[in-house]
Amino acid sequence: MSLTVIISGNMMQFMLLFSRQGKLRLQKWYAAYTEKQKKKTVRELVTLVLSRKPKMCSFLEWKDLKVVYKRYASLYFCCAIESDDNELLTLEVIHRYVELLDKYFGSVCELDIIFNFEKAYFMLDEFLLGGEVQETSKKNVLKAIAAQDLLQEHVRMHV
Amino acid sequence: MMRSLTMSTPKRLRDLIREIRSARTAADERAVVQKECAAIRDSFRDEDNTYRCRNVAKLLYINMLGYPAHFGQLECLKLIASQRFTDKRIGYLGAMLLLDERQDVHLLVTNSLKNDLSHQTQYIQSLALCTLGSICSAEMSRDLAGEIEKMIKTSNAYIKKKSILCAFRIIRKVPDLMEMFIPATRALLNEKNHGVLLTAVCLITEMCEKSPDTLHHFRKVVPQLVRILKNLIMAGYSPEHDVSGVSDPFLQVKILRLLRILGRNDNEASETMNDILAQVATNTDTSKNVGHAILYEIVLTIMGIQSEPGLRVLAVNILGRFLLNNDKNIRYVALNTLHIVVQADYNAVQRHRTTIVDCLKDPDVSIRRRAMELSFALVNTNNARGMMKELLHFLETCDPEFKGDCSSNIISVAEKYSPNKRWHIDTVLKVLTLVGNSLREDLVSVVIQTIAEANTLYSYAVQQLFTNVHDIASQQPLVQITSWCIGEYGEQLVSGQSEEDEPVQVTEDEAVTFLEKVLYNNNSYEVTKEYAITALMKLTSRFKSTIEKIKKIIEIYGRSTNVELQQRSVEYMSVFKKYDHLRPALLENMPLIESSRSKSVIANGEEQGNLLESDVNRTNEENLHQNESPNILDLLDTGPGAPVKSMNSEPPPTKTGSSNVNDLLGLLDDVAAVTAETAPKAPAPVVNLMDGLLGPDLSSSQMNGNTGLPPITAFSKNGLLIEFSCERDENQPNVTTSFQLQLQSPSATYSNEN
Repeated sequence: MSLTVIISGNMMQFMLLFSRQGKLRLQKWYAAYTEKQKKKTVRELVTLVLSRKPKMCSFLEWKDLKVVYKRYASLYFCCAIESDDNELLTLEVIHRYVELLDKYFGSVCELDIIFNFEKAYFMLDEFLLGGEVQETSKKNVLKAIAAQDLLQEHVRMHV
Repeated sequence: MMRSLTMSTPKRLRDLIREIRSARTAADERAVVQKECAAIRDSFRDEDNTYRCRNVAKLLYINMLGYPAHFGQLECLKLIASQRFTDKRIGYLGAMLLLDERQDVHLLVTNSLKNDLSHQTQYIQSLALCTLGSICSAEMSRDLAGEIEKMIKTSNAYIKKKSILCAFRIIRKVPDLMEMFIPATRALLNEKNHGVLLTAVCLITEMCEKSPDTLHHFRKVVPQLVRILKNLIMAGYSPEHDVSGVSDPFLQVKILRLLRILGRNDNEASETMNDILAQVATNTDTSKNVGHAILYEIVLTIMGIQSEPGLRVLAVNILGRFLLNNDKNIRYVALNTLHIVVQADYNAVQRHRTTIVDCLKDPDVSIRRRAMELSFALVNTNNARGMMKELLHFLETCDPEFKGDCSSNIISVAEKYSPNKRWHIDTVLKVLTLVGNSLREDLVSVVIQTIAEANTLYSYAVQQLFTNVHDIASQQPLVQITSWCIGEYGEQLVSGQSEEDEPVQVTEDEAVTFLEKVLYNNNSYEVTKEYAITALMKLTSRFKSTIEKIKKIIEIYGRSTNVELQQRSVEYMSVFKKYDHLRPALLENMPLIESSRSKSVIANGEEQGNLLESDVNRTNEENLHQNESPNILDLLDTGPGAPVKSMNSEPPPTKTGSSNVNDLLGLLDDVAAVTAETAPKAPAPVVNLMDGLLGPDLSSSQMNGNTGLPPITAFSKNGLLIEFSCERDENQPNVTTSFQLQLQSPSATYSNEN
């Protein structure tokens, strides 16, 4: 079955985080995919990206999308963008997200993201919205997250 | 008692994750998850409010591992409706992750969103905006567009930027709603906040791409955009928006993209931005990836608008520098972009040819693919020899996935730019020997055409072909072409003379033995055997000493289970028996077929295109190598009691290789199956075949006697229409019944799933 998502313009289609072992750590879909399509996409891309050698470039042409990925320690950050989008800037988007996580968790590692996956999502949602960057100031993103964490009284007790 | 058990405090998220991680096998993990899911379901059933949040969070984790979690959808909605921020935060997160496009749930979400969009806490508004931007359906867009439009006007930048992106999503989903957002959008470029500016540029870009009128309207913001860009690069270091020495690259790139759209085909707008483009191009620090990201965007903009010639040279030179960069990513981008601009600035790109060709040897497949495409775009009459040498070398060493495209492209450019016929034939021959069975089927007829046109080189071509076949099984396309050429130019093969080079000495017996081997080889395709048997027949009028041997070989196939071969064999044998005096005339050389088609043959890439195109070519190919049989049949059919009657309407040998079209329709396969079934019953397969297609009420006599059958629609779905119409040529009684496959051009490159 082929993916039949109709796309135009140049926003990010989805972002995946997965480990070197191929375990999914985070998935954010900005285009409407069915559950089945999501699973198939994740499976295909994880295999494809993991099979690439370290010296290779960070871009893959996949279906009519372009996949931009980058490895940070044991985690792969992988974004699907449209074919006329700026791949090099997408690398910066990924890097900015990693920086934000790093600031928030204090030298972030895979375990932080596993055990606090919801926080990783919250962070992403303050940085990107609907597949587009909404805030280019790190400080503003972190400020918004800190304020919301404060609102979330007794976090540990309930989650 | 059970109840009290389930009511006990549910496991904490942290503990569940730990437990799942400590599972040693997949089965262990499944067991843990199933147990937990059961507990979560129980808790949901009990309408437990205290721990709903915790349970949904666990469910989201479980879902990420690939287990179903749809039963949590409604619980997410309950969380959203809760007054606690924690509940809402997790609830909206769950909604974004778990909700599909199901109507009933969406209606509930829309109501919650509506409430929260007007909440007095900005972070709750923010959650609602984020969710809307993530899962907005067409209905939601219509229901909430009014709210969003109001929110865009707020003075709170935090809410403003999010609302703008929601508007962006709404317009994308329902373009009709664009109108209402235009007035509010105009003022946005006066803002100072980068988040608002960035999202506003995004929104304007989307509007301009959706409607030419809006594009025209926004042309007047070009000076404003130029000013913003100027401020960005002139204002000194601002730690908040700095990325390795570049000031807000995200905003810069977005503005450059919008400028590209506004400047396209508009001299005045292009004029206004020339200076700033030159400034950005020269002032950007390129020691890091981020600088390259901006230069990359600026090159696209310079090439996309009516820019000054000097600027265009600058742009191509930037790409030239990219090509030499150590960073693979930047090299990739350079190749990709050069391919986009090669048509516009051909000579400028040519200057980097050597570097591009070097990239053919890159170990990275992404780069090799880009380099290959670009290399083909750079071949011209002047460099054809040199480039072809490189490309043939690439073809020899490249991955199997490239061979099909690469060989088609080489054959195509060889045809366009060959300095002479000899070189053209040599090149094609090299492709054939290198590519083996990966050659696309339709190219066989193209190559045959090439050789047929080289009327001064028949001896050379056929002799070279003959000596280059080393392994029948792995060189099927080459064998097909060789067989055809031996049939046509048999005398030249054994003449012991050649127009070029040393002649190759081949005896009649060797040539016949070769074709015999092709027929006997178990790995030969059916089509290849068909080429071979016809070639043998043709040789009976060209060779002298081997006629009896040929007869024997042909006769064997009168019992073949392949109906096509059997038919040929029976036909040819009856030529020997009854019409031997006509034989030399029947087996004359094929006339040259005019080659208008060959230009359209080799378009590379596009799956959709190939699908249809290759079919057309296949039909051409059929015509090409069947053209010789109708003549024979005409004559045969005039005689009474001829064993084969009106059989030349054989369907194309559909079983050969894997034609996409066949797989797609599964329709022609059926035809082939019918054919196969009827094969043992010797004659008249056509009649059965047509019966099967046209329904039982059409007897064979009707078929032969009636010309006025209406066309029959065999398949009509998703814009693909296949009609079978039966035609008969008045001058050739009892002969022609043919299929007409009418493939309309596809209306889209995708099909809707529903």
